[in-house]
Amino acid sequence: MTDLLAKFDRFAAEHQTLLDAGLLDPFGVVMEEVLSPTRAVIGGRETILVGTYNYMGMTFEPSVLAAAKAAIDRFGAGSTGSRVLNGTFAAHVGVEAALREFYAMDHAIVFSTGYQANLGMVSTLAGKGDVIVLDADSHASIYDGCKLGHAEVVRFRHNDAADLDRRLGRLPKEAGRLVVLEGVYSMLGDVAPLKELVAVAKAHGAMVLVDEAHAMGFFGPHGRGVYEAQGLEGEVDFVVGTFSKSVGTVGGFAVSNHPKFEILRLVTNPYRFTASLPPAVVAAAEASIRCLMRAADKRERLWAATRALHAGLREAGFRLATETAESAIIAVLMPDQEATVAMWDALLRHGIYVNMSRPPATPAGVFLLRCSLSSEHSREDVATIVDRFIEARASLAAAAAA
Amino acid sequence: MTDRAETLARLLELIAPYNVRGVELSETTRFAEDLELDSLTVMDLVANIEDAWDINLPLNLLPELETVGQVADAVVRLAAR
Ligand SMILES: Cc1ncc(COP(=O)(O)O)c(C=O)c1O
Repeated sequence: MTDLLAKFDRFAAEHQTLLDAGLLDPFGVVMEEVLSPTRAVIGGRETILVGTYNYMGMTFEPSVLAAAKAAIDRFGAGSTGSRVLNGTFAAHVGVEAALREFYAMDHAIVFSTGYQANLGMVSTLAGKGDVIVLDADSHASIYDGCKLGHAEVVRFRHNDAADLDRRLGRLPKEAGRLVVLEGVYSMLGDVAPLKELVAVAKAHGAMVLVDEAHAMGFFGPHGRGVYEAQGLEGEVDFVVGTFSKSVGTVGGFAVSNHPKFEILRLVTNPYRFTASLPPAVVAAAEASIRCLMRAADKRERLWAATRALHAGLREAGFRLATETAESAIIAVLMPDQEATVAMWDALLRHGIYVNMSRPPATPAGVFLLRCSLSSEHSREDVATIVDRFIEARASLAAAAAA
Repeated sequence: MTDRAETLARLLELIAPYNVRGVELSETTRFAEDLELDSLTVMDLVANIEDAWDINLPLNLLPELETVGQVADAVVRLAAR
């Protein structure tokens, strides 16, 4: 019998080496208690969370918690049904109405996660004979959506409008085209030049889908995303998003003005062959989205915290992936795996939880310690985070010298 | 430039910079096993090949292209399209 798990031995060995070195497990952190959008108890110690994508700090918003509790009482714990059979409650319809309002679009459909929203949209929009042209640094859910469908898949170089233009120019005239972009790329935290990319896509007669997972709530006058900030309303055919970041719960969605959009509910497998979200989750999401319609103060605090962290880390001599604070993700560049894991471990021991990322999840083979800010990180929090980065670095230097 | 021999020669030139292990390059060289290219390097190389012949090499084809010779065949086919 061939052991089907043997193909992962190399990963298991690598992971074991890390644990044998006495380091904490970067992929096995347990939060024993969550105190707020920015604090949790980890290993018995209060820790500042700096990697959660809880951008707008909505996870403990009183109106959101109240809506979730009321929905449990009114609809029960779960739907035990799919959106098309037994699983659409007033709460699901309610959150879709809130999304239509938030985006000022005619249609909104809610999936059980953002991952499934991309799986469903990408695999269903582009079928046999069509071509998907996607940015090389696209999120795994977009790549997996490509694998699930039957379209031809072509990549262009990250954020490179001239490269996109060449690739679209090489396609047969009759092929349907879907160009897939993201507003903010989550590894480096860089913002896409959507204006140029969308113009190229439109010039070649392509439909455009933009994933705004990391931009909802704080890009554009209404917080709709990078596409809104760059004045592209009416140009983007489909916007995909998630409830797991700025909205502070779980779920995914797509919004559009396409007049035939609703048919997708009947033909998209990741929508119809899985259970719908629990009522408490959609009710929380609706309350949260309605708060995000009036969250200018939160936006302001988030951007202030983000700029302060970028400036502070740079001042302290850390190398950052972007010249300026382009998004609410600040990625610290590290030289190699060993240094990354050691610094990650030292930070956690200093009460700071950031995300460790490495190839192949990262582009261009870089090693990163990724920070993401929340509107609820205070000025003092940011100063503490920078101080602890400096202390953690010093503790490693001291250990190396000893 | 769709002649098979010419294509192969040009392809070997494009692959050479990625041959960090210094294996002998030929028709039968395998990308994963012999050159040990990781997915990011493959992405780079594919983009260079696409630009050299002004073609798109769809991702769907990649799993079937295990050797240099197979890529040469695919390039000839796509460039003739
Ligand atoms: C760009 C992007 N799209 C989609 C997703 C998936 O979202 P979700 O967590 O709702 O599955 C994520 C986050 O993981 C993401 O970063």
